[in-house]
Formats: sequence, structure tokens, C-alpha cells
Amino acid sequence: MHNCEIRGLLQAEIRRILDMDTAKAVSPTPETTTPDEAIKVEDLHKSFGTLEVLKGVSLTANKGDVVAIIGGSGSGKSTMLRCINFLETPNSGKITIGGELVEMHADGSPSNRRQIERIRTRLAMVFQQFNLWTHRTLLENVIEVPVHVLKVPKTEAIARAHELLERVGLGDKADTYPAYLSGGQQQRAAIARALAVDPSVMLFDEPTSALDPELVGEVLTVIRDLAAEGRTMLLVTHEMKFAREVANHVVYLFEGRIEEQGPPAEVFGNPKSERLKQFLSSVA
Amino acid sequence: MAQSAELLSLSPPGWGGNLLRGLSHSLQIAFGAYALGLVIGLFGAYGKLYGGKVTRDLLAIYTTVIRAVPELVLILILYYVGSDIINKISAAMGGGRVEVSGVGAGIWVLGIVQGAYATEVLRGAIQAVPPGQIEAAKSFGMPAFMTMRRVTIPAMMSFAVPGLANLWLIATKDTALLAVVGFNELTLETRQAASSTRAYFTFFLAAGFLYLMVTLFSGGIFARIEKWARRGQPSLKGGSR
Ligand SMILES: Nc1ncnc2c1ncn2[C@@H]1O[C@H](COP(=O)(O)OP(=O)(O)OP(=O)(O)O)[C@@H](O)[C@H]1O
Ligand SMILES: [Mg+2]
Repeated sequence: MHNCEIRGLLQAEIRRILDMDTAKAVSPTPETTTPDEAIKVEDLHKSFGTLEVLKGVSLTANKGDVVAIIGGSGSGKSTMLRCINFLETPNSGKITIGGELVEMHADGSPSNRRQIERIRTRLAMVFQQFNLWTHRTLLENVIEVPVHVLKVPKTEAIARAHELLERVGLGDKADTYPAYLSGGQQQRAAIARALAVDPSVMLFDEPTSALDPELVGEVLTVIRDLAAEGRTMLLVTHEMKFAREVANHVVYLFEGRIEEQGPPAEVFGNPKSERLKQFLSSVA
Repeated sequence: MAQSAELLSLSPPGWGGNLLRGLSHSLQIAFGAYALGLVIGLFGAYGKLYGGKVTRDLLAIYTTVIRAVPELVLILILYYVGSDIINKISAAMGGGRVEVSGVGAGIWVLGIVQGAYATEVLRGAIQAVPPGQIEAAKSFGMPAFMTMRRVTIPAMMSFAVPGLANLWLIATKDTALLAVVGFNELTLETRQAASSTRAYFTFFLAAGFLYLMVTLFSGGIFARIEKWARRGQPSLKGGSR
């Protein structure tokens, strides 16, 4: 039994090392565009009926970037994030993920189902409401996508899931169902689930907004850690202090347009737009 | 009392064997019809929720008509129309009269009736699944069919089981209606035994007892299924998992 587990761990480790090697071997990437671009959004438009929510948003996140997206309620932050992995169908625009342009019909819907499914496996989303699968234990939640979508061998996925749960401080909760956990614990589990697919970009939509104030800190700690290890992240948040601290790029969205963007010191320290000034003073 | 025991004994001249044979037929039909009903129900529910306009209209007609017309009438219609169609087809292909198997016909007829109710039970259950759970699956690149198999169906089970348990009990009792088309399930066997021996009370009491046993046994099984389906949900009474 123990032997088995150790072997699984070793195999996972070996695989990871091998993966790194192959990544190194091909490191001069054949892409002609800038190889560092993790996500590139160009002139994104989205309407719900007659309500135009995104009015031409363009945004680039390079590998290792932490982009914080701030803005008032209803400014289109969630919609933008959801358009990136096509949970919402944009009306027009171009989305390029890791150098790969997402094929779209003229009406903005993805035209290649397989491509969109493949790209989604590299974009892990963390939701405001956690959205863990309630009929599965934390361990089952974490291995679900690796085993069934990515076809990782189960023992390997389990070993990795234990590591990830350990990492977010839930090592002893692997066999617990989500409903028995606090919001903060559920959100950390959701982050472990997202990490399990080894995503190239993580999308966070207000990950702490549904939490009691005393639980916010534990989740932010985990996210701060991920930022420090160089994970590429798009982070919609109302935690301005946190955004200032972890992000290297801040985007202020106002009524479906990017009103101002730049390094956090600039955006928070020396805002140019009147609206941003007002917004910052209202949330401070 | 002793006379009743003799009448109910399993070997002739007792009629117990006949009753048990009838029960076994009833259960076979109930099982088959229930399974068929679940399959129809699952397709029906998905069709109603995600299908195009034509699919949804056809399904609305199906569930409305089946649930509006008394089951006895439906059984007569479906049975006679069904066997008529089969015979017409057989004749057209140059074959002779086909003897429609009682069990097979029973399963089809009751299965179509069950399917209408199952469609509604499952549709409600699917709609009760928190959309975020399905969205999460989608956001990780899970294909639609896998999402249905791995997320939607397991998550809707806890909402569906009480309704599905009811449908099963209705299925077992609806088999009695097949007596009208001369199918020797439990009720018909009982009536034959009773009228041959004039011991009406004994036999109908025995049949009632058998139906009651089926219900109690099913209740136990469904309680377990429900407990399993509700795994992960804290019980309202509180306490541990
Ligand atoms: N599915 C939908 N159908 C119709 N309108 C929608 C839908 N989703 C969002 N909207 C509308 O689009 C606008 C932008 O919503 P969005 O959720 O992107 O805002 P947000 O910036 O994330 O706000 P919050 O900070 O409150 O989360 C809002 O006016 C909202 O009512
Ligand atoms: Mg939002």
C-alpha cells in the first residue's frame, strides 16, 4: 500500500522532470509572434441583448504576469474573463491563447469545438462561488479533470492531488465533501482543483467576494504564493490593497472600456482618469 | 386456516406457485418498463431542456397526452394498436400472424407511460443542479457528454431519487392493469385462482400481501440509493456525515 503511494509519487516526479527537459529541449519556440504572450485579447465586444457590456477591450498578458482587473459593479469584469474561455460567447474580437488564435464564427461563437475544449484545459478558472462538485470529495474534485479529461494515470493524479491539497493547507481534508468545509477552505480546494490541470493561465473571478472577512486572508495567501512562483494570472478583485501588492499590471474597467491601465504604482499611486480617482476613493 | 394454507401451497392442488409465477411476471414487466422509462425520461428531459423547437414541441405533446389519458385506456390503445401494427408489418413482409409476447408488450406499453413521468422528474432534477457546477466542468474543457455523465447526472440524482422511487412503485402496481389484455401477471393469476376455488378473500389477501412485500423491499432499496445520492450533502437533522 505504502509502496504503491511512494511509487506513484516518484513516477509523478519523474514525469515532471522529464516534461521540464522536453520543454527545455524545444525551448526556442517555433512561434513567430512574441513567444511570451499568454493571453491576447483584441477589440472584444459583447452585448446581452441590447445592453452592450464590453465595448472593445484589448488586453495582453505575458507569461508570468499577474494582471489585476478592477472596476465598479457591472463594468464588465466578469464578462471579460468569461469571454476569454468562451463561457460567454463574444460578439466580435480576437482572442489568442499561448500564441494560438481561437477560431471564431462571424457571430463570435467558437467554430472549433475541439480547439476550444483543448484551450480550456490550459485556462483554469476559479469562481466567486467556488463551484466545487458537491457529490465528490475534495480529492475526487481535484483528480476529476486530470483523470477524465487529460487522461493522466489515476495513481499519478491522486499523488499530485494530495500534494496540491497539502499545499493549500487541506492535506487532512482529502476525503471530505465540500459542503462540510468553510468558504475559505472550499475556495482553497477550488484553487487546488485549478492547479491540478497545470494551467498556463489562471483566471480568478473575485475569489474572495463570497467569503467572510476573516476567511479572505487564507485565500489571498494562497494566491500570493502562486503569484510569487510566477504563475500567469488574470485576477478580478475588489481587494485593492491586494491587487496593488501582487499584480504587475492593473486594468481599470469602466462601462465596458479600459479607462486606464498600467503598473500598480501608477494606477493606484498616480491615477490620471477622473473616474479612476473617484473609484479609488469610493473603495478606499 | 388450514384450508387456506392448503389453497396457497406452492405445489398443485395449491395455487401458491401460480401466484408466485404471476408475481415474477409482474416484476419482470415492472423492471423492464422502469428501465425503458428511465432511458426515455433521460432523453426526454435533455430534449426538453436543450432540444430545438420541434423536439420540445413533440416532447410536450408526448408528456401531456400520456399524463392526461388514464393508464388503463393507454394500455388498451397501445397494446391493440401496437400488436395491430406489428401484424400489419409482418403481413406486408409476407409473414404470418405474430404472437405478441406478453412480457415484451407489457414492457413497451408501461415503459412508454413511465417515460412521460420520468421525463418530468428528471427535467426538474437537472434544472435543480447548481449551474455553476456544470459551468465549472465546461471551464475545464470537459466535453458535453462527459459533463452529463460525470457531473450533471450524479449531481441531479439526489433531486431525482424520491420521484423515481414513486415511479417504481407505480410501475409495480400498473402491471396489474395488464390483466385487461389477458396477461397472466399477479392480479390475473389471483383472480383465476380465486374464481376457481371461490376463496376470494384468501387469494386477494395473499396478493395484497405480495404487493406490500414488494413495496417494503423497494422502500429499503430506495432508502439506500437516496442515501448514496445525497452523499456530500449534510443532512437536515444535523449530525455527522
Ligand atoms: N447572462 C447575462 N444576461 C444578461 N445580462 C448580463 C448577463 N451577465 C451579465 N450581464 C450584465 O452585464 C453587465 C456586466 O456584468 P459583469 O458581471 O461582467 O459585471 P462585473 O464587472 O463583473 O460586476 P461585479 O463587480 O458586480 O461582479 C451587468 O450590467 C450585468 O447585469
Ligand atoms: Mg463579476
